[in-house]
This record gives sequence, C-alpha cells and structure tokens, in this order.
Amino acid sequence: MPIITYREAIRQAIDEEMQRDESVFILGEEVAQYDGAYKVTQGLWKKYGSERVIDTPIVEAGFTGIAIGAAMAGLRPIVEWMTFNFSLLALDQVVNNAAKMLYMSGGQIKVPIVFRGPNGPAEFLSSQHSQAFQSYYAHIPGLKVVAPSTPYDAKGMLKSAIRDDNPVVFLEAELMYAWQGEVPEGEYLLPLNKADIKRQGKDITLITYSKPIKVVQEAARQLEKEGISSEIIDLRSLRPIDEETLYASVRKTNRCVVCDESWPVASVGSHVAWLISKNCFDDLDAPVELVCSEDVPMPYNHTLELAVQPSVEKVVAAARKVLYL
Amino acid sequence: MFTEYDPLKDTMLQILDCSGNIINPKFMPDLSMAQIKEAYNWMLYARIADIKAVSYQRQGRMYTYPPNLGQEASALGSAMALGKEDWMIPAYRELAAWLYRGVTLKDVYLFWGGHEDGGKFSNAKNIIPPCVPIGSQTLHAVGIAYSLKYKKQNSIALTYIGDGGTSEGDFHEAMNYAGVWRVPLVFVCQNNQYAISTPRNKQTAAKSLAIKAIGYGLKGIQVDGNDFFAVYAAATAAAKEVRSGGMPIFIECITYRQGAHTTSDDPTRYREKEEEEIWLQRDPLKRLKAYLVQKQEWHEEEDRKLQSQYEKEIEEQFAQAERHPYPLKDVFQYMYVETPENLRKQHIEYEKFLNWKETQKWQ
Ligand SMILES: Cc1ncc(C[n+]2csc(CCOP(=O)(O)OP(=O)(O)O)c2C)c(N)n1
Ligand SMILES: [Mg+2]
Repeated sequence: MPIITYREAIRQAIDEEMQRDESVFILGEEVAQYDGAYKVTQGLWKKYGSERVIDTPIVEAGFTGIAIGAAMAGLRPIVEWMTFNFSLLALDQVVNNAAKMLYMSGGQIKVPIVFRGPNGPAEFLSSQHSQAFQSYYAHIPGLKVVAPSTPYDAKGMLKSAIRDDNPVVFLEAELMYAWQGEVPEGEYLLPLNKADIKRQGKDITLITYSKPIKVVQEAARQLEKEGISSEIIDLRSLRPIDEETLYASVRKTNRCVVCDESWPVASVGSHVAWLISKNCFDDLDAPVELVCSEDVPMPYNHTLELAVQPSVEKVVAAARKVLYL
Repeated sequence: MFTEYDPLKDTMLQILDCSGNIINPKFMPDLSMAQIKEAYNWMLYARIADIKAVSYQRQGRMYTYPPNLGQEASALGSAMALGKEDWMIPAYRELAAWLYRGVTLKDVYLFWGGHEDGGKFSNAKNIIPPCVPIGSQTLHAVGIAYSLKYKKQNSIALTYIGDGGTSEGDFHEAMNYAGVWRVPLVFVCQNNQYAISTPRNKQTAAKSLAIKAIGYGLKGIQVDGNDFFAVYAAATAAAKEVRSGGMPIFIECITYRQGAHTTSDDPTRYREKEEEEIWLQRDPLKRLKAYLVQKQEWHEEEDRKLQSQYEKEIEEQFAQAERHPYPLKDVFQYMYVETPENLRKQHIEYEKFLNWKETQKWQ
C-alpha cells in the first residue's frame, strides 16, 4: 500500500470528490494560486480553475456565510479556514445558520457543507493562534464533527464528509500534516460516526482523538514495558460519539483514561469521561481520569507550551493512578 | 434609471405622489390596470393579515410578531420583480413579499407561532426561512446567487435587509463579495427609519444608505418605498440588469414602520406622534388606492367588500394554523437528514421521562 502524508490524504479526498461531483468546490484564504497556507490544496487551482478553487477576501464570516448560502442552493462547498483560531469570526454563521437551517425549514433546506482546517495547538504560535476549539463545535446540535488521526482515516472520512448532506466540521492539525501512513489506492469511504480501536488491550482503556493519539500510543508502549496492556480508542467522531464502542471496551478493562488536548471545562474529553462514569458505573474499578491542557492560554515559550499540554508522562501517570500502581 | 438616480446625486425615485398622481411618467412601469389592481389586492391582503397577526398575538394566540404596517409597497413591489426560478432571501418584515412568493398565510402564522412546519414554506419555491442574526442572510444571498451563476442558470437572487442591518459586518461583507464575484443579486433595504428604537441617523453618518453601494463597486438607488410604482420600477430594472450579468444593485426603499418593532415594543416611548402622522399621509395603500379611484377603476364599496372577503379567508388560514399539532417528535426529526442513533436514544429517554411523569415509575 502506498504511504502518504496526512496532507496528501486530504488533498486526494478533495481532488477525487471534485472530480466526481461538479457541485463540489473549495474556498478560503490563499487556497488557490498560493496552494493553501498549509499546502493542502496544492495543484487544485491549476486543475480546476478559479470557479471551483476560490481565493476569498479576508473575511471569515463572509466566505463562511456565502458558502452556507451556496449549499442551501444545492452546491457542496468545502470551506477552508486558515486555522480554527480564525473560525471564531465565522462562528455565528456556523452555529446559527448552517447547523439550524434544516431544523428551521422543517427538514426542507439541506446544508451539505464541510468546514475544515488545522485545529489545536501547534508550536511557537502563542495564545491567540494555538487553540483547540473542538468542544465549541461538538456542542452544537445540527453539526457533525470529526477529527481523524491518520491519513487513512482522514481520506475516507473527508470523502464521506463531502458527500454528507449535513454540515460537517472536519478537524485537522498543523502538526499532523506531515504524519505518514498507508492509504490504499482507489476509492474507499469511512463512516462519520464510528470510533476505531487503534490498539487492542485488556487492562486499561485509553480514549483520545486527533493529534494526542501519538502521545497516547507512546504511553501505551511504556505501560507495556511494565506489563500493562492498553486498549486505545480513537474517537474519530466527536459528534455523534460512538458510545457503544467505548462502553464495550471499558466493560472489558474496567479502567479508563481520557486524553483530550482542549481545556477541561465542558470539553469533549470531560463529556466522554462523564458518559463512561454514568454508563459503566458498575464496571469501573477506579474513577475515570481526564488528561487535558492546563486551564490557561497557550504560552509562547516552548518549554512552557509543552508543559501545559497532555504529555506521555501525564498519560502514564493517570493510567497508573486508575490502576492503583 | 441608475445613472439618473445615482446615490451621489442624493435624489430619490418617486413616481406616484401622496394624492395618487403620476408625477414621473418617464419611469412609470408598464403594467396593465389588471396588474395594478392585483398588486393593490396583494397589499390589502397582506395588511389585513398583518393587523390580524398583531391582534392574535394580543389575544395570546400567537407569539411575538413584527408588524409590517406601512411597508407593503416596498415588500410587494420588489417581490414582483422576481421570476418563478429566482430566489428570495428574506429578513423578516416583508410579509407581502412572502405571500406573493406563494407562502401560504397558514405557514406564516405557523412560523410566527413557533412551529417548524411553518418554516417549510411548502407552497413556495426558492425561498428560505428568515435568519434571526441580523444581516447574516445577505451572505447566504451572495452564496445562493453564486450557485445560480455557477450552475449557469439564468436566475437571480433578491435579499432583504433593514436600515439597522446595514451596520452589521455581514452586510458589508456581502456587498463586498457580491461585487468581487459579480453575482446576480439585488439587495433591497427597507429603510423604515428605525431599528427597534434606534433612528436611522444613529446607524450611520452617511447621507443615505444607497450611497454605501458605491464603495463596493455596486450600483445603488434610493426610492420612495411607499410608492409601489417606484419600488416595482427600480426592482424590475435592477433584476433585468443583474440577470444580464451586470453588477449587483442595492435599492434603498424609504419607508416607515407605522407599528411597533414587534408586539413586545411600545414606540410611543421613542418617537413623536407628529412624525407618525406625517408618514400616515404617505401610506402606500392609500396612495395606490387614490390612483385607482382617480382612474375610476376602484371605489370604496368594492374596497369594503374585498376587505370583508379577505378577513374571512385570513381567519380561516389562522384557524387552520391554530389546529396544527405540535408533536415532540418534530424537534428531533429535523436535526439531521438521517437521525443519528444518539438523538434517537435521547428521544426515547424523553418518552420514558414522560411515562415516569404519568406513572411515577421508571420502566
Ligand atoms: C446580530 C443581531 N443583533 C441584534 C439583534 C436584535 N435585533 C432584532 S431586530 C433588531 C433591529 C433591526 O432593525 P432593522 O435592520 O432596521 O430592521 P427592522 O426591524 O426595522 O425591520 C435588532 C437589533 C439580532 N436579531 N441579531
Ligand atoms: Mg428598520
């Protein structure tokens, strides 16, 4: 199987879907001639032209609202936000219009649209440019929210997202763009509502999604050395959450650590921890632990920015805590 | 027309004066007497439906409602410029336009009565339900117009906004994009002089709202929004121009909200009786009726007969809306194109709770 980067996987998904369906187009800042701020759309403007790969003026609410309108009238726009930090300027359009139009129109007006771009902390970007906003979107009824962690998942899920008739928020991460993985040639689609067991184990369930997957995988390797067998569940979909997969695992291991790089209050991670505490109460041998970012803006200093985020040591420590080791 | 009434010249297009005389025959639209009468009928129907809505709200039979009284010509004149395949993107205070577009009054009452079925607008084509964040709909209009251009359909879009709405960022972004992308779109601003209690001169220091078009490379025009002929003439000219690939056009209709902002507002707290009386003289229905009476095409007796016929029809529409059920399942079923498992479970949990309420037992 060919090995490609996460970036290439996303590009392939967009390219294939644009090829397949004329109503798919992409718009955002610098996506056309410049090939995208993170080069995700490289080559697409040359291939599809200015009608389908559109550079917009610098107005996040503007191009987001326009794309929502285009979706109402039957096109399938892909909105690239340069990063999710700037998506805040467009939040009203997403929350109040994209997410609610089907409901407000009594099921008449669909908004088949994908909002995508890098989310979450990167490096040396400081407080206003290095934030994880998944909880904002996962909170909103009417949206689907996904955050794949491998090139394989990214491609299959983005293709499904583009074909989905509901608005889908698709979360990538700057530091994941260069990650590599196997992606088969030819077409495949992945569901937008299924978690994936990335590692089988029997002693403890580690739940995460997106970029922290690598932190959790490394923690699992270290725990393995101590003879602890970890099961890793990658949520992949944050709305809806594939609850059954989580419960089945925790009912087997009886212990659980959730790792989420956003802030702790009302986050996807804290919600998952609550779901498990409630629904697996009788199966748990210890309270569920949550490893998340410290409740502060991202420091610019590199030592400190690493210190406030989830780390391998933090996950190992939390795992030992629920194992009473 | 758009050169003659360039917003920089600070002139307003008016065709019909307050006594029903045609004062500007050059721009008098080419409408048959039957069409003019039909327009008057629509305005009358919308007015009665509007007055009734306020009274239903007062009787506690409907929720908050934004009265349209006095703005019928702006709404209808602009809506009549659209063809069947064109799109209408509403603000919220253009009842006559919705009705003309084909939205049934029953749906209108359901909509303002809080029923999502009302938002289906099932009888009308290419219209979306209002978006409450002021100004946000103008961006959708640009997107819809873009999609029409993209699909090479020969259709256009028309969107409404209020004077207050022109201060919102979304509106400026929409005007900006509409120009950059040259989409087939007409903006209709109903400048009814107020945004709730905030008067027009507190929204902007600009001389007119129409002048804003210039900064974005669009065309603009100020029309007497209580003059059906002027609104219709400007809107049809604008529709024709954008349909043939011209720049988007912004129409400012100078009108007046004779009623309250909504049924929960009391305008006597922020405006003078004298001002209201001046605008009553300019009432759009009175003017069009005066025109028809002068032409001996209409008289009071016919008017009264039609009014009572409309009243009955309207009461029947409201009665139908009032009988419409509000099942709990509706709030779940319209969330996604296919209801996800989690939501289905939430619904089941809710039904269990209702059962508990009745039996005091969890099953
Ligand atoms: C973004 C946003 N801010 C505030 C409001 C509250 N609000 C509702 S109507 C209104 C005034 C709008 O005035 P205008 O655009 O002139 O329209 P009109 O009501 O006069 O038809 C305001 C401030 C809102 N709905 N949306
Ligand atoms: Mg107003």
